[in-house]
Amino acid sequence: MVYGVILAGGVGSRMGNAEKPKQFLLLGDKPLIIHTIEKFSVHPEIDRVVVLSPAQWVTYTQGLIEKHLPGEEIPVLAGGDTRNETLMNAIRYIETQPGSDENTIIVTHDAVRPFVTSRIISENIEAAKKYGATDTVIGATDTIVVSKNHKTIDEIPERPTMYQGQTPQSFRMQRVKELYEGLTDEEKEILTDACKIMVMKGDPVYLVQGEVFNIKITYPYDLKVAEALLTEER
Amino acid sequence: MLGAVYRLVAPRQIEIGFVSNERDDAHVIVRPTHLSICNADQRYYQGKRAPEILEKKLPMALIHEAIGKVVYDPTGTFSVGQRVVMIPNTPTEEDAIIAENYLRSSKFRASGFDGFMQELVSMTPDRLVALPDSVPDAIASFTEIVSVSRHAISRFDRIAHGRREKVGIWGDGNLAFITAVLFHSLFPEVELYIFGIDAQKLSGFTFAAETHHVNHIPADLRIDHAFECVGGNGSPMAIEQIIDHIHPEGTISILGVSENPVPVNTRMILEKGLRMFGSSRSGRADFQNTIDLYDKDPEAVGFMKNLVGEQITVRTIKDMHEAFEADIRKSFGKTIMKWEI
Repeated sequence: MVYGVILAGGVGSRMGNAEKPKQFLLLGDKPLIIHTIEKFSVHPEIDRVVVLSPAQWVTYTQGLIEKHLPGEEIPVLAGGDTRNETLMNAIRYIETQPGSDENTIIVTHDAVRPFVTSRIISENIEAAKKYGATDTVIGATDTIVVSKNHKTIDEIPERPTMYQGQTPQSFRMQRVKELYEGLTDEEKEILTDACKIMVMKGDPVYLVQGEVFNIKITYPYDLKVAEALLTEER
Repeated sequence: MLGAVYRLVAPRQIEIGFVSNERDDAHVIVRPTHLSICNADQRYYQGKRAPEILEKKLPMALIHEAIGKVVYDPTGTFSVGQRVVMIPNTPTEEDAIIAENYLRSSKFRASGFDGFMQELVSMTPDRLVALPDSVPDAIASFTEIVSVSRHAISRFDRIAHGRREKVGIWGDGNLAFITAVLFHSLFPEVELYIFGIDAQKLSGFTFAAETHHVNHIPADLRIDHAFECVGGNGSPMAIEQIIDHIHPEGTISILGVSENPVPVNTRMILEKGLRMFGSSRSGRADFQNTIDLYDKDPEAVGFMKNLVGEQITVRTIKDMHEAFEADIRKSFGKTIMKWEI
């Protein structure tokens, strides 16, 4: 089984309009989260889709799915306090579902990245099956500088070895659960990213080529870019 | 549903955009899987169309020959995962006399609007034809061009008189080969005469009664009817030869596209009482007839395999350019993009 896990756990405090989390902003005539769910729900290799939403927005998210995707069976679960806790909530749910076993793959994706393509999803599944874990990245175009005191540069890593992380991140479900449960509370605080857990524990994480346009809609500026990417049918 | 669309914005320049595909009760959503490049696409890609045409039509997604898999069908016509051929002609009205591909109001993909270089395509179910398992992906991908030949042969059958002992086909390229294979499948008793310029290509018409180089046609050779599958600068000479070698009251089917007007010897058309008719594009019935023919005649499918050229996996815009450039270099056959974008 391959599960698409749409993560909309955060409340989007970075967006100017803090009233509603950013995954509910309209792009064209639909909320961002609906565009993203649609991409996963029609992907031939995704068997089921699960959505994780902040607890106070679960009912609202369910309502949106019923309105825009009538007839689709897409459970909406409450997210946790951290990204990893949100992921664990998804895993706990999936484990109770029929057909879930040691080969179950989860393709986790930000609800606010609606421009993910079928290829990226396919390559994530292919690589997760083969290597156990994947991260979607693009090569860094800007030079990255490291500054620990936020005033002076400590290091300028070689750019060709630098990548920017996107999503999906995909895993063999049992392995990520096993590793997460083995962490101390302190480690759980620091390791905010599931791929980081895998890397720290020495598991290989395979890189899938992302796309420059697979943007995360975080700031009002991003929504403008997203609207510009959306063209009229010609 | 958001889907990426890869449009030609200028010759040899492809850019990405996104469209929101209809997700309503009337449209099926298809994920293209195999796209076949046609000369018409190349004329846009290489900027060989007139500048005013390019200015009017671009940006536009190319490709009008493609198959895909159904990913969403609220109409219940197809099952999810079913292989389908996509029909580029898109009529906006019905007419009892005029076929859908001749209605001036019809739109055509990769000519009047976006073609199949898209991540997902939204179409009404009447623009899709289910594919039987007997037809391999690569061959099915160029069903459109085959359906154009099939359409011309259906019309020929209605128009041409019944004496059909010898039929000539001028041309040795893809269209001529396809027309010959289909004609042989539908009228196996008719002797086919092929007239071309390339001995290598002519040798591929193994089922023909005779093949001839156009510079060495026996003066006394006569045919009952003819198909012109040459087009371009070769059109005038091909039509002239057909008029010379055809019996009186024969029918000439014109299939080759020319950018320039072609002078025709009307005196001999009158003297011989010839019929000449043109065909272009195809409609749903022609697609269905083509698929039915493939299903019934494995030999025809076997001959079509000769046309399968390079199959290039496309995951990036760079791969798309590689496919179009590879297609320019080929001398015969179809270049197919395995669409994994």
